[in-house]
Formats: sequence, structure tokens, C-alpha cells
Amino acid sequence: MRHIISLLMENESGALSRVAGLFSARAYNIESLTVAPTEDATLSRMTIVTSGSEEVIEQIIKQLNKLVDVVKVLDLNDGRFIERELMLVKVKATGVHREEMKRMGDIFRGRIIDVADASYTIELTGSGAKLDAFLEAIDKTAILETVRTGASGIGRGDRILKL
Amino acid sequence: MQLNGAEIVIRSLHEEKVEFVFGYPGGAVLNIYDAIFQQDGFKHILVRHEQAAVHAADAYARSTGRVGVALVTSGPGATNAITGIATAYMDSVPLVVLSGQVPTAAIGQDAFQECDMVGITRPCVKHNFLVKDVKDLAATIKKAFYIAASGRPGPVVVDIPKDITAHTARFEYPESVSLRSYNPVLKGHSGQIKKALKLLLDAKRPMIYTGGGVVLGNASELLIKLVKQLGYPMTNTLMGLGGYPATDKQCLGMLGMHGTLEANMAMQECDVLLAVGARFDDRVIGNTAHFLDHPRKIIHIDVDPSSISKRVKVDVPIVGDINNVLTDMLELLAESDKTPNVAALKTWWQQIEAWRDRNCLNFNRDSVIIKPQYVVEKLWEVTKGEAYVTSDVGQHQMWAAQYYKFDQPRRWINSGGLGTMGVGLPYAMGVQLAFPEAKVACITGEGSIQMNIQELSTCKQYHLPIKVILLNNRYLGMVRQWQEFFYGNRYSESYMDSLPDFVKLAEAYGHVGMNIEQTSDVEGALKEAFAMKDRFVFLNFLTDQKENVFPMVPNGKGLSEIILAEDL
Ligand SMILES: Cc1ncc(C[n+]2csc(CCOP(=O)(O)OP(=O)(O)O)c2C)c(N)n1
Repeated sequence: MRHIISLLMENESGALSRVAGLFSARAYNIESLTVAPTEDATLSRMTIVTSGSEEVIEQIIKQLNKLVDVVKVLDLNDGRFIERELMLVKVKATGVHREEMKRMGDIFRGRIIDVADASYTIELTGSGAKLDAFLEAIDKTAILETVRTGASGIGRGDRILKL
Repeated sequence: MQLNGAEIVIRSLHEEKVEFVFGYPGGAVLNIYDAIFQQDGFKHILVRHEQAAVHAADAYARSTGRVGVALVTSGPGATNAITGIATAYMDSVPLVVLSGQVPTAAIGQDAFQECDMVGITRPCVKHNFLVKDVKDLAATIKKAFYIAASGRPGPVVVDIPKDITAHTARFEYPESVSLRSYNPVLKGHSGQIKKALKLLLDAKRPMIYTGGGVVLGNASELLIKLVKQLGYPMTNTLMGLGGYPATDKQCLGMLGMHGTLEANMAMQECDVLLAVGARFDDRVIGNTAHFLDHPRKIIHIDVDPSSISKRVKVDVPIVGDINNVLTDMLELLAESDKTPNVAALKTWWQQIEAWRDRNCLNFNRDSVIIKPQYVVEKLWEVTKGEAYVTSDVGQHQMWAAQYYKFDQPRRWINSGGLGTMGVGLPYAMGVQLAFPEAKVACITGEGSIQMNIQELSTCKQYHLPIKVILLNNRYLGMVRQWQEFFYGNRYSESYMDSLPDFVKLAEAYGHVGMNIEQTSDVEGALKEAFAMKDRFVFLNFLTDQKENVFPMVPNGKGLSEIILAEDL
């Protein structure tokens, strides 16, 4: 099953490579991994999307906790949470595509953030599944380039990952 | 007090009460070596290869329970240390390895003798540090010692650029460390301990299985108490030998691939299993599916949560320091009005004795050609079971584990996890330095000993009266055994051709060498060697070339599919 794991770690050089190294050394899947500093500059927040059996996920959580730089780990799938990902997609915007792309962007509540003679760049946020759905919905031959941030996640309501 | 980085390193090691630093100099650590020259707080041991420095520090740690320290230069010094670090990591040995690094400004420039030590060691250390500011140096060393020794121990690398060792800072060694991201759980969950005890007392066919964690956690005394009070059978893993006295009746010997019939069968057929500081390794439980085929309840005590339910799902996990958990368990046991099921236990012991009566470790003691088992058995007698025994990796390692009955912890020093050939001699150095008066024997093979043979020179320099027990079968025996069993006797590259004359070799290094070629000479030679209390003696026993290690649970088979010597 797909799991989103959130963690807080020391904002130190090398911390990211410890996490990435752990996943490759133990042959765990990484679908995506994002990391950025938090409001507390000494801490980074990382979101890892992974998949595996319950036993594997349990091991992943334990192994992450074991890393000396990792301060706190939360499996978002243990409760209710919100997942968001940002995607920028550059599409052909000539002929029929010009109107069609704007319409599809609107339907998915995307925004056109760059307009050129022959292309649009559309910004979209949502769950990974929603972004996939957008790419499915448009004409594949019209896609010039995509870039995705990977998922970020946060617990709903009182579920807070903080020191 | 303003000190330069090199002096800070030295002073920090003094603060940690370090006795020995095992090392080898080079460009990046010259400042540190200059500071070593001007101090006498610890003794520096100059090895002949950095791998041996780390192994020796590792053995010092294993035998004393203290943190071992090694010092190597950047680049090739650092890479030579890797096997030693990985070996210590796999067996959870507390080490601090200080490595030199090129100056901060040169990092990333492919400078002379540059290597990304933090990157290259990351998968085989508990943690590592690159010191970027001399102001952080003392605190980093303090953290390194703390992390290495606490929780589940392990090696920690501190990589120190050369300019840092020249820069100055105020020296203040921190009294204590606290890391918000690192807090090993020490106290076991009382509810879980209660549950565990109830299961244990309800058992009809109980079994206790203990590993290296008991030795590392200094938990032998409490383990013995618990096992004695319950009257249950117990077994040790290769790493756990000595954690419980091997000569005690309740000890069924080692389990696993080359474990005894009684230990493996009891492990397989028990209904309640208490695992203490052990990790259900593939060499221990054989085929996992086969092991799980037999229903049993499992209680697992370990300081490392990630060791629990990793290979085998357990019913009652208890995370905590073994001594703490066993203390709580013994207290509960004392208060409990429940007692072990005596009738069931009697039947269980009868079954176990029937297995034990098969005498699975028997071998031909009348052979003229020396049987390797015989040498180990005699070594045990001659040293009255009191020696520190280090070993290399191969058949001789298994015979050492099977026939030297360790009654005390920290006496058996071997590479269980990584299985590193070449550890034996440097291990013996680390132990002999820690215990100058003790009898130290290194049981080895002619393949393994040649992997760090250069250390004969170090042994001479520091007058280490180690006794090398070479079980010389002229084969990479363990490889040959597998080729005999599983590869149709095709002995591909497992014959050791062109062996040196080991007696002359020992003599060339200034030691005593002895050739022993028949069984009747074994005991006399051992006595003679150990009588030379202040000499390093190299005993070359020409042993039966085709002897195999039994019992054996073939790779991929279940514990009860064990093969005995008599089966063939
Ligand atoms: C560094 C290293 N290389 C290779 C091996 C694989 N290996 C395991 S046992 C063994 C043979 C050891 O031969 P020897 O030291 O002569 O001991 P024996 O088995 O004959 O007692 C080998 C090659 C290893 N464990 N370590």
C-alpha cells in the first residue's frame, strides 16, 4: 500500500543523504521525496511517498527513527491527512489546443502562469492522483514538459507534527 | 584555554579516558600525530595496515565493554579502515574512528588523498560527522563517544579536515550531551513484561534464545538468574557465546547453521520462545518459512526497535535495555504466585535429553591425523576454559565456537555479522593489550591469517604474547565444504597453494614457530606454547584436510532438516 511518511530532521548537510541512502540500501521504494526547511531554521521537514506491505512500512518507520539526524517520524496514513502536490506543465497551445488547454486547466482549477505564442504553462495543485488525472485528460501529444514537486502532506485537524 | 584542533582531539580523548589509540599516520593527520608525540595520556599502537587498526580497536571494545578508538589518515588510510568499520557495525561494537581529511578549502576539488569519508561510511556506521569548525570539535567528539556507546552500540566516524587541526579554539569538554533526535529507549514497557512473563510461565515447551545483545548489554548475570529460576533450556547464538555458561546443563550449546541438534530442535519445536538481544538472523533460524511453520509464541527483548519483527513477526515485543527489562521481569517473577509447569517441563527436558544423547559434536579422537576439533578441545583443557579466544572466518571459526566452551562473556571475539576473514590476529592484539596478563589465543585458518599477516610485526613491537592456533587444512575449508556438498566436488580456487613456511615466517618476524603434525603432539605443543608466557607463538597444526563442520543446516533449509556427521 502507498504511504506518506512525514518527518522532521536536523537541518544539516548530509541529513538528506542519510534518508535517501537508507531507502536504497534497504531496497525500499521511494515514489517521491521532498524536503525544505521549516519555520524553525534548525529543522527540515521531509515528506516521503513510499509503498510496501505493512511489515515493510513498519520497518521503514523504525529505520527512519533510528537515524540519528531524524527527530520525529509520522506515518500520515495512520490518521486523516491532506496531500498536495504542485505540478507545472507546459503544453502546446496552437490551433484547437489553445482553447482546449485553457478549458481543461479551468476544469482542474489550474492557472496559466506563462503564455507564449505556441505554448501555455499551467500550474496545478492537488493530490498526486488529481495531477495524474489531468495528464490523462489532455491530449498526450500536446505535453511538452512536466515538472512535479512530489507530494507534501499534513495531518487534519489536531494532528500536528512538531517538536 | 586556547588549543589547536590537534590538541583538542588529544585532550578530548583524555577526557574520555581512552587507553589505546590504534592508528597509522599520514599527511592529513600529521598535526594530530605531532600532538600525540607530546602527550602520555593514552598509548598509540602503530599497526601495519589501517584495517587492523580498526579491528584491534574493535576487539578492545568487545573484550572490555569500552569504546575502541582508531585513527587513520585521509584517502587510502580512510578506505583501508572501511572493512573494519563495517565489521564493527554488523556486530554493534562501539567504536570512534577519527579520520583525517584534506583541508576544508580543498574538499570537493579531488585533492591529493581526498575521499568522501562521510559518504563512503554512511551505510556502515551508526553515525558520522565532518567537523567544519574547530569550535565544534570537542563537542563532536563527545557526541561521537556517546552515540557509539549508548542504545544499540555501533561505530561512529569523525572526519577532521587538516586545517581544523591547526585552527585554535577555547577548549572546553562538555560534561554531558543531549540530542533531541536521539533518545534510546531504556526502560521496558511494564505491561509487555507482565504479558511476557505470563506466556513464559504458561509454556509447556519453553526455550530461551540469547544473542550478542546480552554480551554487549552486560546482562549475563541477570540472564543466568532468570534461566536458573525458570529451569528452562537455553541456547546462544554465535555472538552470544559466553553470555550464559556453556558448561551449564541448561545450555544446549550454539544454535543455527552449525549449531547443535538439541539447540536447533528445541528452537524449532518450542511453544514459547524468549529471544533476548538476538535478531533471528538467516544463519540462526535457517529457512524463515520453515521456522514459522511451527506455531509458537515469541517474546523479543531488544534495545533496537528495528530488530524486532524484522525477519520474524513476534507476539510480545519489549524494547529496552536488557538489564532493565530482566530486572523488572525477575521482580515480577518473584512476586508471582504462578510457577513453571513442572510436569510439562519434565517431559520437554526428556525430549531434549534424547536429542542431546545423539552427541552431535562427537568426532574421531583416535585419528593420527590431527582433527581440528581435537585441537580446540585440547586448547580449552590446557587453558582451563579461561582464555580469550579470537577467531577468523571459516570452518575453524565454527569449530572454535562449538568446542571451546565459553563460561564467561566477552571472551569470544569473532566477526559474526560481516564474517570478515583477517580479523583474528588484529582482534588478538586488541584483547592482549587490554588484558596483558590474560591467555589470548587466535584460532585461524591459513587463508584468513594471511589476510592480516603483516600484523606479526606489530605483535613484535608491542611484545604481545598471543598464541596463534592455525588449523592448517591447506584449503579455504569452508568454501571447499560447500563445493563438496553443493557443487559436485569441484574445488574451484579453494586449494591454498604455495603456502609459506609458517614457522620460518614467524621466526622472520622474531616470534616462535611450531609445526605440529600428529594428534599425539597436540597437547604437548599447546602446553609448551602457553608456558612461554612472554612470547608470541605461532602453532601451525597440520589438520585433516577434508574434515567438515557438522552439524549443518544447509542454506535455505529448516532447523529440523539438520544434517549430522553420522548421517553421512
Ligand atoms: C574477506 C573475506 N573474503 C572471503 C570470504 C569468504 N570465505 C568465507 S570462509 C572462507 C574460507 C576460509 O579459509 P581459511 O581461513 O583457511 O579457514 P578454514 O575454513 O579452512 O578453516 C572464505 C574464502 C570471507 N568470509 N571474507
